[in-house]
Amino acid sequence: MRHTLVALMEDKPGVLNRISSLFRRRNFNIESLTVGHSETPGISRMTIVSEGDRAIIEQVEKQLYKLVNVTKVTDVTDEPAVIRELALIKVTASGAARSEITGLADIFRAKVVDVAPDSLTVEITGTEDKVDSLLGLLHPFGIRELVRTGRVAMVRGSNGRTTQSTNSKGL
Amino acid sequence: MKLTGAHIVWESLVREGVEVVFGICGGAVIHLHHALPEYPIRHVLMRHEQAAAHAADGYARATGKVGVCMATSGPGATNLVTGLATAHMDSSPVVAITGQVSSALIGKDAFQEVDITGITLPITKHNYLVTEVEALPTVIKEAFHIARSGRPGPVLIDIAKDAQAAGVEYEYPQEVNLPGYRPILIGDQRQIKQAARLINEAQRPLIIAGHGVMLAGAETELRELVEKAQIPVVNTLLGLSTIPETHPLCLGMGGMHGEAYANKALQEADLIVNIGGRFDDRLTGPVSTFVPEAKIIHIDVDPAEIGKNVRVDLPIVGDAKNVLQDLVPLVEPTSHPDWTSKINEWRAESAERDILEQETDALIPQYVVRHIWHATGGNAIMVSDVGQNQMWEAQYFLHHKPRGLLSSGGLGTMGFALPAAIGAQMGKPEEIVWVTVGDGGFQMNIQELATVVQEKLPLKMAILNNGFLGMVRQWQQLFFEGRYSGTPLLGPDFAKVAEAYGIPGFTVREKSQVIPAIEQALATDGPALINFIVEQEENVYPMVAPGGSIGNMLRRPQPEGVGEQKGGDSK
Repeated sequence: MRHTLVALMEDKPGVLNRISSLFRRRNFNIESLTVGHSETPGISRMTIVSEGDRAIIEQVEKQLYKLVNVTKVTDVTDEPAVIRELALIKVTASGAARSEITGLADIFRAKVVDVAPDSLTVEITGTEDKVDSLLGLLHPFGIRELVRTGRVAMVRGSNGRTTQSTNSKGL
Repeated sequence: MKLTGAHIVWESLVREGVEVVFGICGGAVIHLHHALPEYPIRHVLMRHEQAAAHAADGYARATGKVGVCMATSGPGATNLVTGLATAHMDSSPVVAITGQVSSALIGKDAFQEVDITGITLPITKHNYLVTEVEALPTVIKEAFHIARSGRPGPVLIDIAKDAQAAGVEYEYPQEVNLPGYRPILIGDQRQIKQAARLINEAQRPLIIAGHGVMLAGAETELRELVEKAQIPVVNTLLGLSTIPETHPLCLGMGGMHGEAYANKALQEADLIVNIGGRFDDRLTGPVSTFVPEAKIIHIDVDPAEIGKNVRVDLPIVGDAKNVLQDLVPLVEPTSHPDWTSKINEWRAESAERDILEQETDALIPQYVVRHIWHATGGNAIMVSDVGQNQMWEAQYFLHHKPRGLLSSGGLGTMGFALPAAIGAQMGKPEEIVWVTVGDGGFQMNIQELATVVQEKLPLKMAILNNGFLGMVRQWQQLFFEGRYSGTPLLGPDFAKVAEAYGIPGFTVREKSQVIPAIEQALATDGPALINFIVEQEENVYPMVAPGGSIGNMLRRPQPEGVGEQKGGDSK
């Protein structure tokens, strides 16, 4: 099963390396990993998507938590959460294809962010499924270039679950 | 006061209680060495940085204090790697200080530059690269705190040369501020109550006592639990000495070369209480076949150890001493006479078959180890190497002294014993420290004999010399058609080598000379080395075949039962 983990960590040199090294060393799988600033200065927030059964994901959480720079780890898989990723899709577009593509983009509430004589660049935000469906529809036109950010996640509601470590008791 | 980075290092180490540092000087630590004579810290010059790391590890294991090693940049730092990995696997509190090229040169492939923080990422508990002198006091404070607290482990501090030379106003922090590092030391009371209930209900309970008992200093509490509820104890290799092996409820070591009766007890127990052990594969064999009838309680200070290898019914995260202090009062005094008498039958059967009970004039290594035990009354600190010598030491020396056995359990590092013993002897100058080592492992750090002499350490060294890399030879004999590929080993005349370093050296070829030689070594003022020329193809028994269940052991073929491999029953 795919799990979405949110980890908070001190923004110090080498922290990303510590995390990726841990996944490699312990033979854990990473499907996607995104990192950026959190609401607290000096604390970065990482969203990790990893495939594995419950026992493996429990090990992932505990091993992450063992890293001195990691302050909190939460598995938000079973939480009501807003989960998004962003994709930029450069698609071949000339003549009649242009209006078809912008029509599809409208349906997905995606935006055309760059126009060239024979291509359009579409920006879409949503769940992986939504991005996948738009990609599927754009595929026949010819995808020239694609970039996806990987998943970011936030638990719904006013109480940020990620502000409390779920793993401080060990199990 | 304003100090240079080099002075800050020593000033801070003094405040952390450091008395001795094991290392080798070099270009990138020259500032540190220049400042060292101004501080009450003894520098032990090793002959190889690997040995410096093992010595710091040995010092830490023998004393419970943080061991410190130091090396220059590049090759000095990479030579530490095996020693740090050894300390990491065995949860030993070590701080390693390495010099790094000047910060302006980092990343330029400068002379003797290596990315040692990158290299040691997976084999340290944490590490630091310091390029600014201002960071040094906080980093050193944190490094010692991380190394010694929770589940101990090695921490490396890599210090750029310019940060050692630069000056700054010095203030040592009183406390650490590590929001991501909060070891859980007190067990959950609800889980401890549940544990007591499981123990009180068990018919065939068994304790596995691991290294965590020693690291927590929980030997007394372990014994209280064992005696109150009359629960037999199996030790892991590094758990030996946490309960006296002469105690009627101590079954000695379990696992691949454990006692057959200890393994039988594991397989028939209905409750396993693992205290500070990590269910290493050398103990469990294939986990699908391990303790099939037992519920498992696992007490460990490291949450990540729980459920890592073996499914656990009741986890308790906490320091072994604290958890046992909370647990013992909840456990009812009881006994399990059927269970213990069954185990004692198995034990008696093994004792009868022990090779030491057999009539032989051959010089067997087991006999040597047993007589070191007799001659020292078990009161020595034993430092074993890796391989057959390690297993014989574990089987035939009956440990009772807390922190009385130092060995590379997890990583299995040949060459560990001599330098680790140097560290142990530095930390415990009043104790008798014995090295038991094979002729293979001894040649991996033989250069440290010079350190023994220079530091005037009265180490006693027993080489169990069989002319082979013996444990691999044993596997080749039993499982690889007897093809001794890459295992026959030529060694020097070790007694003469010892003499060349100025250490009295003895060679023993006859069984009758064993006891006099051990006594002579003990009577020698200062170090002594005995080269025991033992039976070349003696095997370690019993043994779990690779991939086999621990309940199904290969036993020593008996003299009368020709061709008997599995049916025989011996130690």
